[in-house]
Amino acid sequence: MNLAPHLPALQVVVPLLAAPLTVLLRRRSVAFAVALAASWVALAIAVALWLRVAEGGTISYAIGNWPAPWGIEYRVDALSAFVLVLVTGIAALVLPYSRASIEAEVPPQKHYLFYTMFALCLAGLLGITITGDAFNTFVFLEISSLSIYVLIALGRDRRALLAAYQYLIMGTIGATFIVIGIGLLYLMTGTLNLADMGRRLAAVQGTRPVLAALAFLTVGLSLKLALFPLHQWLPNAYAFAPSAVSAFIAATATKVAVYVLLRFYYSVFGESAVFARLPMQEAMLLLALAGIFVASTVAIFQTDLKRLFAYSSVGQIGYIILGLSFDSTSGLTATIVHLFNHGVTKGAIFLLLGGVALVTGGTSLARIQGLGKRMPLTSFGIVLCGLSLIGIPGTAGFVSKWYLIRAAFEKGQWWLAFLIVASSLLAAAYVWRFVEAAYFREPRKDLTEGAKVPRSMAIPSGLLVATVVYFGLDTSFTVGSAAQAAALLLGGLR
Amino acid sequence: MTLAGTGMTLGGHFTYFITLFLMIAGLFIVIARGNLIKKLVGLSIFQTSVYLLYIAPGKLVGGTAPILSDAFTVYSNPLPHVLILTAIVVGVATLALGLALVVRIREAYGSIEEDEILSLDAAPSRAEQQE
Repeated sequence: MNLAPHLPALQVVVPLLAAPLTVLLRRRSVAFAVALAASWVALAIAVALWLRVAEGGTISYAIGNWPAPWGIEYRVDALSAFVLVLVTGIAALVLPYSRASIEAEVPPQKHYLFYTMFALCLAGLLGITITGDAFNTFVFLEISSLSIYVLIALGRDRRALLAAYQYLIMGTIGATFIVIGIGLLYLMTGTLNLADMGRRLAAVQGTRPVLAALAFLTVGLSLKLALFPLHQWLPNAYAFAPSAVSAFIAATATKVAVYVLLRFYYSVFGESAVFARLPMQEAMLLLALAGIFVASTVAIFQTDLKRLFAYSSVGQIGYIILGLSFDSTSGLTATIVHLFNHGVTKGAIFLLLGGVALVTGGTSLARIQGLGKRMPLTSFGIVLCGLSLIGIPGTAGFVSKWYLIRAAFEKGQWWLAFLIVASSLLAAAYVWRFVEAAYFREPRKDLTEGAKVPRSMAIPSGLLVATVVYFGLDTSFTVGSAAQAAALLLGGLR
Repeated sequence: MTLAGTGMTLGGHFTYFITLFLMIAGLFIVIARGNLIKKLVGLSIFQTSVYLLYIAPGKLVGGTAPILSDAFTVYSNPLPHVLILTAIVVGVATLALGLALVVRIREAYGSIEEDEILSLDAAPSRAEQQE
């Protein structure tokens, strides 16, 4: 049997099948092996799909052989293939890490359920990315969201429960807004296939239900991607979730929501409808700048590293949306590059913080004093990723900032370029909080001597830090794919 | 009765008014209530309003299921029903998970009032900072 034509379906089916399998097998080592195998197979499929898209262009797959506008279509193009590689890559690194990490943070009898939820979440995120059907997007969004709520609630601290509850309320409101938007679009066009919807919308463009759909989708997705000021759920969720979960969702969940936003804006509504007729550009610019400055400033005053970097995530999402607001090819390229670079950077930071939490028993700034002496490699890794958040040359963050500033200059908005550089100083300030505590303070006496980060945690963290540096030096994969995706999104409509 | 300037009749659009009322009432409960269970009730009402939003336009008066026969000429659209069946499952799962979380929150905090829980948490986090 030749599986190659069915890769788009397998991309989702493999982790989706792994989830019930882990429940049935129960033994945690077996469950771990199944989940690990599923995530690595998913990565292999994602890379294969990316290669095929790079060679032969967009792949369309009809689920159950029902042709596209009637059946559910899976569609892999330059953008979705790129996001698939990010999500599966992070999952393939976080899973081997999670074994030792949850050993310390989750009661043993719940371990197999952790892998179930992780596999479900992965299946959901991949489904959102690959599907070409509007309602399917919503269903996968809820699959991934519900499993994320459970994963967050697994945190040791009782505040994790409250964080999961708050995220559930906000996330469900967001998802319901999205489904209202999709419903209105369906009523106006009579189709659920995204590409078909985009074609048919041209006839009813500008009518009130379509504008309402745009508004509902924008607000719902902004909640999901934690655009300032709809980010209230994010800091607690990242701070109290188990370390492996923080790393996984920080790197993937909000990024996939950005992907859906791009998909709806460019492939369904069309760039001209969103940006030319409505003041969306100004609105996005304002929210992005407010997010960058407010969240980065709040981050400086945090006393816990996980919260600090969670607020920094809100700021970094601001940069992603800022690129979108330029409405130009280089702006969109910056958005897509930063989506990837920030995912990798934040994933690496939270993986390293998991190691810190394991050795020192917490991530508050008071607890990690003198960490530079106690855990030199980990501290160095966090500093490297911090430099990437600031945007120092040689790290992935620099590449994204470079394209953002280029986009600003293309538009002649030199003041915006100045603001981008100024906001990097805020990032420098919050990264400095870590550097000061780790390198310029004496270690606490009660730092458990001898406890070490297990190798299964150190290697994935190290690999991810290495990718942060690698993509700062060799940008052919990231910028190449992003530029292709941006050209596709902008070219598809004209 | 016709709404001024829109040409819409109130009677013809009464499902929309009910949908909107449920939508806003649900969302209001989520925002205004501090009790975690009541918030979930509001959330459910909010989600239910969307079921109506989908299903009502799919129904035609006198329409049947799409059966290919000369006896039937007016069909109702079955697709919204199928979609909403899925959405109902999602809504039930969300509600179940939300209630399960509330049970765990009550075990951990001894309360399901949001303000009480937040004040319980304010104390330990202050102690942590002084550490």
